[in-house]
Amino acid sequence: MSAPVRFDSGTQVRESLARVGYLADDAIAGVVYLADRLDKPVLVEGPAGVGKTQLAKSVAEMAGARLIRLQCYEGLDESKALYEWNYKKQLLRIQAGRHAGEVAHGGGAVAWGDVEEDVFSEDFLLTRPLLEAIRATDPVVLLIDEVDRVEVETEALLLEVLSDYQVSIPELGTVAATQVPLVFLTSNNSRELSEALKRRCLFLHLDYPEPEREKEIVSARVPGISEHLAEQVVGIVRLIRQLDLKKVPSVSETLDWAATLMLLGAKSVDADLTRETLHVLLKYRSDIAKASKQLAVGGA
Amino acid sequence: MLEVLAGFIRELRAAGLPVSLTEDIDSTDALRHVPLEDRTGFKNALAATLVKSHAHRKTFDAVFDIWFSPPLLCGGPDVDTGHEVELGEWLEQALAAKDRDSREAAVKAAATSAVSRYAGMEEGRPVGGRYYLHRTLRHIDLDGIVQRLLAAGREQADHELTELEELLLADEHRNRAERLRAEIEGEIRRRLVADRGPEALVRTARAPLPEDVDFMHAGADDLAALRRTLQPLTRKLAARLGRRRRHNHRGSLHFGRTVRHSISYGGVPVEVKYRHPHPSKPEILVIADISGSVASFSRFTLELVHAMSSQFSKVRSFVFVDGIDEVTRFFEGAEDLSEAVRRINTEADVVWADGHSDYGRALEAFWRRWGSELSPKTTVLVLGDARNNYHAAEAWVMAEIAKVARHVYWLNPEPRSYWDTGDSIVDQYAVHCDGAFECRNLKQLAAFVDHLS
Repeated sequence: MSAPVRFDSGTQVRESLARVGYLADDAIAGVVYLADRLDKPVLVEGPAGVGKTQLAKSVAEMAGARLIRLQCYEGLDESKALYEWNYKKQLLRIQAGRHAGEVAHGGGAVAWGDVEEDVFSEDFLLTRPLLEAIRATDPVVLLIDEVDRVEVETEALLLEVLSDYQVSIPELGTVAATQVPLVFLTSNNSRELSEALKRRCLFLHLDYPEPEREKEIVSARVPGISEHLAEQVVGIVRLIRQLDLKKVPSVSETLDWAATLMLLGAKSVDADLTRETLHVLLKYRSDIAKASKQLAVGGA
Repeated sequence: MLEVLAGFIRELRAAGLPVSLTEDIDSTDALRHVPLEDRTGFKNALAATLVKSHAHRKTFDAVFDIWFSPPLLCGGPDVDTGHEVELGEWLEQALAAKDRDSREAAVKAAATSAVSRYAGMEEGRPVGGRYYLHRTLRHIDLDGIVQRLLAAGREQADHELTELEELLLADEHRNRAERLRAEIEGEIRRRLVADRGPEALVRTARAPLPEDVDFMHAGADDLAALRRTLQPLTRKLAARLGRRRRHNHRGSLHFGRTVRHSISYGGVPVEVKYRHPHPSKPEILVIADISGSVASFSRFTLELVHAMSSQFSKVRSFVFVDGIDEVTRFFEGAEDLSEAVRRINTEADVVWADGHSDYGRALEAFWRRWGSELSPKTTVLVLGDARNNYHAAEAWVMAEIAKVARHVYWLNPEPRSYWDTGDSIVDQYAVHCDGAFECRNLKQLAAFVDHLS
């Protein structure tokens, strides 16, 4: 097994990520670098909208790898995550076999052993994201999104893939990876993940970025924005994040807001403009009311 | 290096972090790939392999800063000349610097000097860093500096600042002042480590993990940290209590429908049909003591109820002191918890006599007014210390409740050794419950939730 992507240092990761438009800080770049070196999955945790999923996408883009995504949801099971036998095709095969046998031998059935070997071969296997990532021969990045949504019991089926990069299929044997894919798991921390899962991963907590980094992100993602406006946008967002709100604005909402202000042709943010565009940042009526009051932009 | 790392991990474990052997090995492995002179990289590598929960990060940082304290740059306390006014100005200039990097450097230098001058650190004296920090801050009047910087900022602007800009400016300077404070704290810590060695210091600086904080003595900061950890836990609780809801999400084979569908394939059961599971919706009924003796706990209790009512469709909550009232409606309409708490404190009718908790009376009143609404689907949680002020226990009410309800659990915020001492009568009630649990911190609450499975 050899890793498809090689990074020389955390700094290099950081620079390459910046080239594909993801501004990482030292912690993010360091963990991605280590994940590659240690062949370990990365568990990315943090509030919604800080770029957890984007990180995986950007790493895939940076490494020129294919992104395979497994979206988790309550009720996800083996047949949706790992593999499934194509039951209908198997049945058809058996039926066809019987029919062919009747024609050929005048009623003699095909030996059961042959049929069994036949219907449990790779032709009848439907690969799902995890198996697909393991079997891939080209470089891949596996993203297991919102892993906190599956039940604790389902988590267990990830373990074999995450620690040994292999999948055991009773009828076929063990499928081991030809290369170690980079794996990212994201979690919104809506429940505590099992110790076994956490132990196998490197842990990365993403939080709202430092104002300086957020300013860089805004400048990079919203073309043509002035230094002054970016600074104000980030400053106001930081103020809002300190309030006790139902849902504080995430990075993506900051970007939306900055883009909105650009469209409106604003040179700088004032009270009126903030009041009119606050709904881009905040999604609850009560939050908007609270923020307007605190920022003294309540107006009339 | 291995030796130092082993000691570090020992300290982390002593501080309560669950570091397994695999993680220990991983961290050593990870360090082979980062240059040792890269301090941030080194720290990040250790954090990524050893700390698997954000709530533990603060504790990790504290231990790391002490254990891997960088050597003193100036080589011991230097006493530079110059008088107090100068240092104040120096700090002010340092904080006012526009460029971030030069500001950081200036703040660092100023902080070092401030510590040498005012902390008055004595070698070998066994006091914590907090004492020195307080002494230093008392001399430099950080608030005054921030005020002066704000005034300067107002003058610099070419127009009258709007309220919004004013807020932004204040926030910016508050953050810079916070940086300075942290810098001073770091400098004091470095000197303490240089003086007394990391082993001695790490013990005094150990802060409890959020899940170990005692509810009864939790401060406002602790509660905020608790709240974040509580959310996932209530989800788990919800999952446990409603376990049968989704356990077999597919249900068992539905033979009839499978055969019916096989007809369209000429009798071959191509599509297998399953029964739809019947979800059982748990009803939860929380009865909480909110009297003065459990003030901190009851604040936490209300957090718990609030968090639960967002997870369960049917949570009914009751609070009592010596009278009892239903407060479900306050949680339903409330935008946030503080709003609900305010309404509970002002509107709920819970004090009927003298304002000392009276479990007997409250429970009896509960049984008379709402007892008929209990059903075999109901799970009852009672939260309180069962300190009854020597009133009548009326334990028969618990027996009656237990007869009707599916489960009855008692959560007590007192250490088990205090139970049934003085006016505590937990046992009289607990005999009728499915279980009485000591619930002083999040860890114990989590243990209770685990017990439910």
